[in-house]
Amino acid sequence: MSQDSQWPVWEVFLQANPGISHKHVGNVHAADAEMAIQNARDVYTRRSEGISIWVVPANAIAASSPEDQGAFFEPSNDKPYRHPTFYKIPDGVKYL
Amino acid sequence: MNIQEAKFEYLLRLGDSSLIIGHRLSEWCGHGPILEEDIALINIALDFVGNATSILAYAGQTEGNGRDEDALAYLRSEREFRNLLITEQPNGDYANTIARQFLFDTYMFFLYEELKNSKDETLAAIAVKSHKEITYHLRHTTEWMYRLGDGTAESHERLQNGLNDLWMFTPEMFDMDEVDALLIKEGIVPDLNKVKASWEKRVKEVIAEATLKLPETTFKQKGSREGKHSEHLGFLLAEMQYVHRSFPDSNW
Repeated sequence: MSQDSQWPVWEVFLQANPGISHKHVGNVHAADAEMAIQNARDVYTRRSEGISIWVVPANAIAASSPEDQGAFFEPSNDKPYRHPTFYKIPDGVKYL
Repeated sequence: MNIQEAKFEYLLRLGDSSLIIGHRLSEWCGHGPILEEDIALINIALDFVGNATSILAYAGQTEGNGRDEDALAYLRSEREFRNLLITEQPNGDYANTIARQFLFDTYMFFLYEELKNSKDETLAAIAVKSHKEITYHLRHTTEWMYRLGDGTAESHERLQNGLNDLWMFTPEMFDMDEVDALLIKEGIVPDLNKVKASWEKRVKEVIAEATLKLPETTFKQKGSREGKHSEHLGFLLAEMQYVHRSFPDSNW
Protein backbone atom coordinates (compact mmCIF):
# COMPACT_ATOMS: atom_id res chain seq x y z
CA MET A 1 0.00 0.00 0.00
CA SER A 2 1.37 3.41 -0.90
CA GLN A 3 2.11 5.88 1.86
CA ASP A 4 -0.84 8.19 2.53
CA SER A 5 0.44 11.69 1.79
CA GLN A 6 -2.55 13.40 3.37
CA TRP A 7 -3.35 14.49 6.92
CA PRO A 8 -4.09 11.88 9.58
CA VAL A 9 -7.32 9.92 9.36
CA TRP A 10 -10.11 10.51 11.88
CA GLU A 11 -13.02 8.12 12.31
CA VAL A 12 -16.39 9.87 12.36
CA PHE A 13 -19.36 8.95 14.57
CA LEU A 14 -22.76 10.61 14.27
CA GLN A 15 -25.69 10.72 16.63
CA ALA A 16 -28.88 10.82 14.60
CA ASN A 17 -31.28 11.69 17.42
CA PRO A 18 -31.08 12.55 21.11
CA GLY A 19 -30.68 9.56 23.39
CA ILE A 20 -29.36 7.04 20.89
CA SER A 21 -25.74 6.04 20.53
CA HIS A 22 -23.27 7.57 18.09
CA LYS A 23 -22.81 5.40 15.03
CA HIS A 24 -19.72 5.04 12.88
CA VAL A 25 -20.31 6.62 9.46
CA GLY A 26 -16.87 6.86 7.86
CA ASN A 27 -13.69 8.90 8.13
CA VAL A 28 -12.04 12.18 7.11
CA HIS A 29 -8.53 13.56 6.82
CA ALA A 30 -7.68 16.46 9.14
CA ALA A 31 -4.71 18.11 10.82
CA ASP A 32 -6.41 18.34 14.21
CA ALA A 33 -9.66 17.78 16.08
CA GLU A 34 -11.32 21.10 15.17
CA MET A 35 -10.62 20.57 11.47
CA ALA A 36 -11.81 16.96 11.76
CA ILE A 37 -15.14 18.06 13.24
CA GLN A 38 -15.61 20.70 10.51
CA ASN A 39 -14.71 18.25 7.77
CA ALA A 40 -17.04 15.62 9.24
CA ARG A 41 -19.79 18.25 9.34
CA ASP A 42 -19.22 19.10 5.69
CA VAL A 43 -18.87 15.54 4.42
CA TYR A 44 -21.38 13.62 6.53
CA THR A 45 -24.15 15.97 7.73
CA ARG A 46 -25.24 17.79 4.58
CA ARG A 47 -28.64 16.08 4.59
CA SER A 48 -29.57 16.39 8.26
CA GLU A 49 -28.05 13.04 9.22
CA GLY A 50 -27.06 14.03 12.71
CA ILE A 51 -27.23 16.29 15.74
CA SER A 52 -23.85 15.48 17.28
CA ILE A 53 -20.44 14.53 15.92
CA TRP A 54 -17.61 12.57 17.52
CA VAL A 55 -14.24 12.29 15.83
CA VAL A 56 -11.53 9.91 16.97
CA PRO A 57 -7.97 9.67 15.62
CA ALA A 58 -7.97 6.41 13.67
CA ASN A 59 -4.64 5.41 15.22
CA ALA A 60 -6.18 5.69 18.71
CA ILE A 61 -8.47 2.77 17.95
CA ALA A 62 -7.10 -0.60 19.05
CA ALA A 63 -8.63 -3.42 17.03
CA SER A 64 -8.71 -7.18 17.23
CA SER A 65 -6.86 -8.83 14.37
CA PRO A 66 -8.44 -11.17 11.83
CA GLU A 67 -6.31 -14.06 13.15
CA ASP A 68 -8.05 -13.71 16.49
CA GLN A 69 -11.40 -14.62 15.01
CA GLY A 70 -11.18 -18.31 15.83
CA ALA A 71 -10.07 -17.94 19.42
CA PHE A 72 -12.21 -14.90 20.14
CA PHE A 73 -15.55 -15.54 18.56
CA GLU A 74 -16.04 -19.12 17.46
CA PRO A 75 -16.25 -20.68 20.93
CA SER A 76 -19.58 -18.95 21.46
CA ASN A 77 -21.06 -20.50 18.32
CA ASP A 78 -21.95 -23.76 20.09
CA LYS A 79 -23.21 -22.20 23.30
CA PRO A 80 -26.80 -21.34 22.49
CA TYR A 81 -27.66 -21.39 26.19
CA ARG A 82 -26.07 -17.94 26.42
CA HIS A 83 -29.06 -16.55 24.58
CA PRO A 84 -32.16 -15.87 26.66
CA THR A 85 -34.25 -17.45 23.89
CA PHE A 86 -32.63 -20.81 24.75
CA TYR A 87 -34.79 -21.10 27.83
CA LYS A 88 -38.42 -22.01 27.89
CA ILE A 89 -40.50 -19.81 30.12
CA PRO A 90 -42.37 -21.97 32.63
CA ASP A 91 -46.13 -21.68 32.57
CA GLY A 92 -47.41 -19.44 35.26
CA VAL A 93 -44.54 -16.94 35.19
CA LYS A 94 -45.94 -13.51 34.81
CA TYR A 95 -44.41 -10.19 33.97
CA LEU A 96 -41.39 -11.56 32.15
CA MET B 1 -35.91 58.14 -4.84
CA ASN B 2 -38.71 56.50 -2.87
CA ILE B 3 -38.53 53.69 -0.33
CA GLN B 4 -39.39 51.02 -2.89
CA GLU B 5 -36.60 52.12 -5.24
CA ALA B 6 -34.13 52.31 -2.38
CA LYS B 7 -35.08 48.84 -1.19
CA PHE B 8 -34.66 47.38 -4.68
CA GLU B 9 -31.21 48.94 -4.95
CA TYR B 10 -30.21 47.72 -1.49
CA LEU B 11 -31.42 44.18 -2.20
CA LEU B 12 -29.35 44.12 -5.38
CA ARG B 13 -26.28 45.08 -3.36
CA LEU B 14 -26.87 42.24 -0.92
CA GLY B 15 -27.95 39.65 -3.47
CA ASP B 16 -25.27 40.44 -6.05
CA SER B 17 -22.47 40.22 -3.49
CA SER B 18 -23.65 36.76 -2.44
CA LEU B 19 -24.16 35.61 -6.01
CA ILE B 20 -20.75 36.73 -7.24
CA ILE B 21 -18.72 35.44 -4.30
CA GLY B 22 -20.70 32.19 -4.49
CA HIS B 23 -19.76 31.84 -8.15
CA ARG B 24 -16.13 32.64 -7.40
CA LEU B 25 -16.01 29.94 -4.72
CA SER B 26 -17.67 27.44 -7.05
CA GLU B 27 -14.62 27.77 -9.30
CA TRP B 28 -12.75 25.76 -6.65
CA CYS B 29 -14.94 22.73 -7.39
CA GLY B 30 -12.60 19.86 -8.17
CA HIS B 31 -9.53 22.00 -7.40
CA GLY B 32 -9.63 22.16 -3.59
CA PRO B 33 -6.39 21.40 -1.74
CA ILE B 34 -7.88 18.20 -0.29
CA LEU B 35 -11.14 16.36 -0.86
CA GLU B 36 -12.72 17.46 2.42
CA GLU B 37 -11.86 21.11 1.84
CA ASP B 38 -13.15 20.92 -1.71
CA ILE B 39 -16.51 19.74 -0.37
CA ALA B 40 -16.49 22.41 2.35
CA LEU B 41 -15.84 25.22 -0.14
CA ILE B 42 -18.61 24.06 -2.43
CA ASN B 43 -21.06 23.76 0.48
CA ILE B 44 -20.24 27.37 1.29
CA ALA B 45 -20.57 28.40 -2.36
CA LEU B 46 -24.02 26.80 -2.45
CA ASP B 47 -25.06 28.64 0.71
CA PHE B 48 -24.13 31.94 -0.95
CA VAL B 49 -26.02 31.12 -4.13
CA GLY B 50 -29.03 30.04 -2.04
CA ASN B 51 -28.92 33.32 -0.15
CA ALA B 52 -28.64 35.24 -3.46
CA THR B 53 -31.66 33.35 -4.83
CA SER B 54 -33.84 34.41 -1.89
CA ILE B 55 -32.69 38.01 -1.95
CA LEU B 56 -32.85 38.50 -5.72
CA ALA B 57 -36.32 36.90 -5.82
CA TYR B 58 -37.40 39.44 -3.21
CA ALA B 59 -35.67 42.22 -5.16
CA GLY B 60 -37.68 41.26 -8.24
CA GLN B 61 -40.94 41.37 -6.27
CA THR B 62 -39.97 44.71 -4.79
CA GLU B 63 -39.21 46.17 -8.21
CA GLY B 64 -42.59 44.97 -9.51
CA ASN B 65 -41.61 44.71 -13.18
CA GLY B 66 -41.98 40.94 -13.42
CA ARG B 67 -38.28 40.12 -13.17
CA ASP B 68 -37.52 36.98 -11.16
CA GLU B 69 -34.21 35.93 -9.58
CA ASP B 70 -33.03 34.30 -12.81
CA ALA B 71 -33.73 37.40 -14.86
CA LEU B 72 -31.76 39.48 -12.37
CA ALA B 73 -28.85 37.04 -12.15
CA TYR B 74 -28.48 36.14 -15.80
CA LEU B 75 -29.87 39.01 -17.83
CA ARG B 76 -28.09 42.03 -16.44
CA SER B 77 -24.71 43.24 -17.64
CA GLU B 78 -21.78 44.22 -15.46
CA ARG B 79 -22.65 47.92 -15.08
CA GLU B 80 -25.99 46.85 -13.60
CA PHE B 81 -24.37 44.66 -10.95
CA ARG B 82 -24.02 46.07 -7.45
CA ASN B 83 -21.79 43.44 -5.81
CA LEU B 84 -18.90 44.68 -3.70
CA LEU B 85 -15.60 44.72 -5.57
CA ILE B 86 -13.99 42.31 -3.12
CA THR B 87 -16.47 39.58 -4.08
CA GLU B 88 -15.44 39.54 -7.74
CA GLN B 89 -11.68 39.35 -7.11
CA PRO B 90 -10.11 36.18 -8.55
CA ASN B 91 -9.43 33.22 -6.27
CA GLY B 92 -5.65 33.42 -6.59
CA ASP B 93 -3.93 30.82 -4.46
CA TYR B 94 -5.69 29.14 -1.57
CA ALA B 95 -4.42 31.66 0.98
CA ASN B 96 -5.73 34.50 -1.18
CA THR B 97 -9.17 32.89 -1.27
CA ILE B 98 -9.11 32.47 2.52
CA ALA B 99 -8.12 36.13 2.99
CA ARG B 100 -11.00 37.25 0.75
CA GLN B 101 -13.50 34.97 2.46
CA PHE B 102 -12.38 36.02 5.92
CA LEU B 103 -12.72 39.75 5.21
CA PHE B 104 -16.10 39.27 3.53
CA ASP B 105 -17.52 36.59 5.86
CA THR B 106 -16.76 38.76 8.89
CA TYR B 107 -18.57 41.66 7.21
CA MET B 108 -21.53 39.50 6.29
CA PHE B 109 -21.70 38.03 9.80
CA PHE B 110 -22.12 41.41 11.48
CA LEU B 111 -24.30 42.87 8.71
CA TYR B 112 -26.78 40.00 8.76
CA GLU B 113 -26.80 40.00 12.54
CA GLU B 114 -28.22 43.52 12.26
CA LEU B 115 -30.53 42.65 9.36
CA LYS B 116 -32.23 40.05 11.57
CA ASN B 117 -33.82 43.04 13.34
CA SER B 118 -35.06 44.64 10.11
CA LYS B 119 -38.57 46.05 10.20
CA ASP B 120 -38.99 44.46 6.77
CA GLU B 121 -40.28 41.01 7.71
CA THR B 122 -39.12 39.23 4.55
CA LEU B 123 -35.61 40.60 4.81
CA ALA B 124 -35.48 39.76 8.52
CA ALA B 125 -36.59 36.17 7.81
CA ILE B 126 -33.92 35.72 5.11
CA ALA B 127 -31.33 37.17 7.50
CA VAL B 128 -32.25 34.75 10.29
CA LYS B 129 -31.78 31.75 7.99
CA SER B 130 -28.61 33.08 6.38
CA HIS B 131 -26.97 34.10 9.64
CA LYS B 132 -26.75 30.47 10.77
CA GLU B 133 -24.95 29.56 7.55
CA ILE B 134 -22.67 32.59 7.77
CA THR B 135 -21.75 31.71 11.36
CA TYR B 136 -20.34 28.43 10.08
CA HIS B 137 -18.60 30.07 7.10
CA LEU B 138 -16.86 32.47 9.44
CA ARG B 139 -15.80 29.70 11.79
CA HIS B 140 -14.36 27.79 8.84
CA THR B 141 -12.44 30.70 7.31
CA THR B 142 -11.24 31.97 10.70
CA GLU B 143 -9.74 28.54 11.47
CA TRP B 144 -7.88 28.72 8.17
CA MET B 145 -6.61 32.22 9.00
CA TYR B 146 -4.97 30.79 12.13
CA ARG B 147 -3.65 27.71 10.35
CA LEU B 148 -2.09 29.53 7.42
CA GLY B 149 -1.06 32.67 9.31
CA ASP B 150 0.52 30.73 12.16
CA GLY B 151 1.60 27.85 9.91
CA THR B 152 4.76 27.64 7.82
CA ALA B 153 6.81 30.60 6.59
CA GLU B 154 5.35 30.08 3.12
CA SER B 155 1.69 29.86 4.21
CA HIS B 156 2.20 32.94 6.40
CA GLU B 157 3.68 34.93 3.52
CA ARG B 158 0.99 33.89 1.07
CA LEU B 159 -1.82 34.81 3.45
CA GLN B 160 -0.19 38.14 4.31
CA ASN B 161 0.12 38.90 0.57
CA GLY B 162 -3.55 38.04 0.10
CA LEU B 163 -4.60 40.38 2.90
CA ASN B 164 -2.38 43.18 1.60
CA ASP B 165 -3.78 42.86 -1.93
CA LEU B 166 -7.42 42.80 -0.86
CA TRP B 167 -7.31 45.43 1.86
CA MET B 168 -8.04 48.34 -0.49
CA PHE B 169 -11.45 46.81 -1.27
CA THR B 170 -12.62 46.74 2.35
CA PRO B 171 -13.58 50.42 3.01
CA GLU B 172 -16.20 50.16 0.26
CA MET B 173 -18.13 47.64 2.35
CA PHE B 174 -19.10 50.42 4.75
CA ASP B 175 -19.92 53.20 2.28
CA MET B 176 -23.38 54.65 2.73
CA ASP B 177 -25.40 56.84 0.43
CA GLU B 178 -28.96 58.08 -0.13
CA VAL B 179 -30.23 54.48 -0.32
CA ASP B 180 -28.88 53.64 3.12
CA ALA B 181 -30.08 56.92 4.62
CA LEU B 182 -33.66 56.35 3.46
CA LEU B 183 -33.79 52.76 4.67
CA ILE B 184 -32.02 53.40 7.99
CA LYS B 185 -34.71 55.97 8.77
CA GLU B 186 -37.38 53.32 8.19
CA GLY B 187 -35.57 50.77 10.40
CA ILE B 188 -35.13 48.42 7.42
CA VAL B 189 -31.31 48.33 7.33
CA PRO B 190 -28.58 49.05 9.87
CA ASP B 191 -26.16 51.95 10.04
CA LEU B 192 -22.99 50.48 8.54
CA ASN B 193 -20.83 52.41 11.00
CA LYS B 194 -22.05 50.00 13.65
CA VAL B 195 -21.15 47.02 11.44
CA LYS B 196 -17.79 48.62 10.72
CA ALA B 197 -16.88 48.92 14.41
CA SER B 198 -17.61 45.23 15.02
CA TRP B 199 -15.82 44.22 11.80
CA GLU B 200 -12.67 46.17 12.63
CA LYS B 201 -12.51 44.75 16.14
CA ARG B 202 -12.89 41.14 15.02
CA VAL B 203 -10.56 41.45 12.02
CA LYS B 204 -7.83 43.00 14.16
CA GLU B 205 -8.17 40.27 16.79
CA VAL B 206 -7.94 37.43 14.28
CA ILE B 207 -5.06 39.01 12.34
CA ALA B 208 -3.10 39.43 15.58
CA GLU B 209 -3.88 35.90 16.75
CA ALA B 210 -2.82 34.54 13.36
CA THR B 211 0.55 36.34 13.80
CA LEU B 212 -0.20 38.49 10.73
CA LYS B 213 0.16 42.24 10.25
CA LEU B 214 -2.72 44.59 9.65
CA PRO B 215 -2.17 45.88 6.09
CA GLU B 216 -1.01 49.46 5.91
CA THR B 217 -2.66 50.29 2.60
CA THR B 218 -4.74 53.42 2.87
CA PHE B 219 -5.79 53.48 -0.78
CA LYS B 220 -9.51 52.84 -1.23
CA GLN B 221 -10.86 51.21 -4.36
CA LYS B 222 -14.58 51.75 -4.73
CA GLY B 223 -17.23 51.93 -7.42
CA SER B 224 -19.68 49.04 -7.02
CA ARG B 225 -22.46 51.32 -5.75
CA GLU B 226 -22.47 52.91 -9.22
CA GLY B 227 -21.84 49.64 -11.05
CA LYS B 228 -18.18 50.42 -11.71
CA HIS B 229 -16.32 47.16 -11.44
CA SER B 230 -12.87 45.72 -11.84
CA GLU B 231 -12.05 44.04 -15.15
CA HIS B 232 -12.65 40.63 -13.54
CA LEU B 233 -16.44 40.84 -13.33
CA GLY B 234 -17.04 40.74 -17.10
CA PHE B 235 -15.20 37.45 -17.47
CA LEU B 236 -17.03 35.98 -14.50
CA LEU B 237 -20.43 37.00 -15.89
CA ALA B 238 -19.56 35.66 -19.34
CA GLU B 239 -19.06 32.24 -17.83
CA MET B 240 -21.93 32.42 -15.35
CA GLN B 241 -24.51 33.74 -17.82
CA TYR B 242 -23.50 31.89 -20.96
CA VAL B 243 -25.87 28.93 -20.76
CA HIS B 244 -28.89 30.98 -19.73
CA ARG B 245 -28.35 33.48 -22.52
CA SER B 246 -27.70 30.79 -25.13
CA PHE B 247 -30.79 28.80 -24.22
CA PRO B 248 -33.21 31.34 -22.73
CA ASP B 249 -35.98 29.95 -20.54
CA SER B 250 -35.08 26.34 -21.23
CA ASN B 251 -36.09 23.77 -18.61
CA TRP B 252 -33.97 20.78 -17.71
